[in-house]
Amino acid sequence: MVNVMVCIKRVPETSGQILLSDDAQSIDARHVGYTLSSHEECAVELAIQIAKATDGESTVLTVGSQDAVEQVRNALAVGCSAAVLVEADPAAYGPADVAQAIAQVVRAREAAGTSYDVILVGNDAADTGDFQVGVRLAYALGRPVLTGISTVEMSGDTAIAKGKGPEGTEVFEIPLPVVIAIQEGGIEPRYPSIPGRMKAKRIPIDTVSSPIEPAGTGRVRLELPPAQPSVVEVLGEGPEAAPAVVELLYRLGVVTK
Amino acid sequence: MSSAVLVLVETDAHRVTETSLETLTFARDLVKRRDGAQSHALLVGPVDADLRATALSQLADQGVDVVHVAQHDGLSAYSAASWATAVVAAAAASSAAVVLAPGTPRGSEIMAHVAARLDTAMAANVVAVGEVDPLVVSRQVMGGAVLELMRLTGRPAVLTVAGHAVEPASADHSTQPEVNELQMDLLETDLLGRVVRVEASELDDTAALTGARVVIGAGRGAGSANGFDGLLELTRLLGGALGVSRVVTGLGWRPHHEQVGQTGTRITPDIYIACGISGAIQHWAGCQGAKTILAINTDRDAPMVTRAHYAVIGDLHEIVPAVNEELQRRMG
Repeated sequence: MVNVMVCIKRVPETSGQILLSDDAQSIDARHVGYTLSSHEECAVELAIQIAKATDGESTVLTVGSQDAVEQVRNALAVGCSAAVLVEADPAAYGPADVAQAIAQVVRAREAAGTSYDVILVGNDAADTGDFQVGVRLAYALGRPVLTGISTVEMSGDTAIAKGKGPEGTEVFEIPLPVVIAIQEGGIEPRYPSIPGRMKAKRIPIDTVSSPIEPAGTGRVRLELPPAQPSVVEVLGEGPEAAPAVVELLYRLGVVTK
Repeated sequence: MSSAVLVLVETDAHRVTETSLETLTFARDLVKRRDGAQSHALLVGPVDADLRATALSQLADQGVDVVHVAQHDGLSAYSAASWATAVVAAAAASSAAVVLAPGTPRGSEIMAHVAARLDTAMAANVVAVGEVDPLVVSRQVMGGAVLELMRLTGRPAVLTVAGHAVEPASADHSTQPEVNELQMDLLETDLLGRVVRVEASELDDTAALTGARVVIGAGRGAGSANGFDGLLELTRLLGGALGVSRVVTGLGWRPHHEQVGQTGTRITPDIYIACGISGAIQHWAGCQGAKTILAINTDRDAPMVTRAHYAVIGDLHEIVPAVNEELQRRMG
């Protein structure tokens, strides 16, 4: 039996146009909405699969405001069996703070008899892109850690994890308990069904207030890169533009024959 | 006390990587702006005599004052924790005020370990330095669509430098770096996360895309899994690689290793021909390193078109076959 915790973060959608708040301290996502990072969608799916294969539990956890309940419910709807909301102002929490807050919850639960053999996180958040919460969490808990992992299978007390390396797929065999940062690419996240959503509504979300005093993010302000004026040269419309395209390819030296 | 700026240098089998040269170029500016600072670099892992000679000459060209070389039996296979042990040892040996690595997957991973061990802040994907003391950097967030000004008060400050933040360039004056054979002890726990073997498989077949001079991109406009024939033909004719948007992999039309974007591969071709791709931030994060972008799209106002250098307006299923035919005619 392997108990899995998967940590997720509510982030602004990145498909629409981005606006900043008036004080330039945050993204104004009122018009585009919120989602999960795609790495974390894969982490949720993996957590469910590992727990199912080993008759364990899959617990979803987030550090954030009550609004993040939306993302937690989605994880429950696709099959997570329990949920924790660590209530905190996400804007005040840097990556080291998030790691500390998760670590304290994990320790408190372990002291109360519930342990997590595998803790999954996303490799990097779609918004802040810090690349470090998983590693800091592992150090806080004194566990080994892997990042950039696409698939994980259990073999007794060992996790066999695979991820993309500079020369091919790298294989790791790492003893539990472990922290693993998941990267999109090895697993297809599932989408919630209606019965799944109904069931998710009945699962209680254990809400705890954050046990730490955050050190902060170091953010001075956000800036939008200067808007580049469009310099596009339209070569033509439809198939009649083909000779102009080919001429361009020759001019750029892409075709030399 | 004089201080140092330390760069973790990545190598391939033969030489210092291009992204490491970018990071060294970036670090040199920081050295210049810190009076009396020295430029240090670190080479880790199995470094044979040829690689060592080439790397030292490249680092001399980068104006590095001291090169730390970490060689240890425990470094024969990669693990982020053991590489981090080398970085921490070099940071101590050089009294580094700032430690930098390229913003590659390994560079980011190793620096996260270093920052956790030294209990100091880390800024990922930095593109510029604002103020030097206290250090304020500008870094990419939201997949590069937004910049964050971030203050790092801890010492040493830990940074990764975003790809293409600067063009790699030689120093004004090359140096004769002093070489320090770094003494380090690895713990058993440093080796738990080491690579036990490397497999070749479809999952990682992205090398072609990363290094391609020509990338043909395809998005939702391909229409279905059967809509790629013309695009693949164009890819073949130009000797390029096919890259697709997240929509395409999400719908299962093409495998994930072909995905270009924030959660896929970042490409740097001479030309990117983006066909039927609207140009969401997620995708733009992966293709903005292209020298020239040609967009083929039905929507004249799509972000991919307005931000491209060249565009053809219309249906890719009509335009791409016509381009293929014209190419074949001219190539004979």
